[in-house]
Amino acid sequence: MTAPLLIFFLLAAVAVIGALSLILQKHPIHSALSLIVVMVALAGLYLLMGAEFVAAVQIIVYGGAIMVLFVFVIMLLNAGEEEHTDFSKIAKFAGLPLALALTGLLAAAMVRHGGSVANATNPDSLADTSKISMLLFSTFVYPFELTSFLILVAIMGALVLAQREKS
Amino acid sequence: MVPTQYYLILSAILFGLGAVAFVFKRNIISIFMSIELMLNAVNLAFVAFSQASGKLDGQVFVLFVIVVAAAEAAVGLGIIILTARNRRSLNVERVDLLKL
Repeated sequence: MTAPLLIFFLLAAVAVIGALSLILQKHPIHSALSLIVVMVALAGLYLLMGAEFVAAVQIIVYGGAIMVLFVFVIMLLNAGEEEHTDFSKIAKFAGLPLALALTGLLAAAMVRHGGSVANATNPDSLADTSKISMLLFSTFVYPFELTSFLILVAIMGALVLAQREKS
Repeated sequence: MVPTQYYLILSAILFGLGAVAFVFKRNIISIFMSIELMLNAVNLAFVAFSQASGKLDGQVFVLFVIVVAAAEAAVGLGIIILTARNRRSLNVERVDLLKL
């Protein structure tokens, strides 16, 4: 087994265990920490694929900003262990098979169509952040500008939602 | 070189786990985190396809997904704070009335 394959399986195992831990943990703060583990493992996988910029953004924005926001809200609301209320009977019997079916279907569909993707001619050229920026500011410049509007709307929405009503 | 199929299968597994967490969790914050897990799984598939095809479009899309996730987290957590303040509970099964 070659070294990249070994690293892949290690990181994949960490990611899957973290995701399972997210489901099984009862306390939201433990779920949040599990999710951070998943995100760091995914950043490692991005590095393995030669996507350094995405890996850095994954750590800084996801692992840093978004998860800190989550942990902040969990502590702000003093969220305790989640209570188990009327578990649906259908979910008990059909939940796990349906989840397995969804996973299998997704994997089968993606693997089948993944084979038809043209193979990379020059994999070394991928590790180039400047090319991403060129693409971002030429081909994808309109979506990029739209995201700034999206962020503006999100900021205003969060402000309006979170402010206390004046009495 | 790891085959692209391995990444795609891992992405499907993570998405499935996120969907399971979305359905089975009762805490509204945990449900929100499972959405983030599903978005991460999709990002992994994007980068894997980008690597397989030798084009960088997939990585640019990952940036857009991350921006959308950040905006979603800001608004969603605002809604969660508002809900928790009004209902005094984070359990989604107790948030079943449009009006208190």
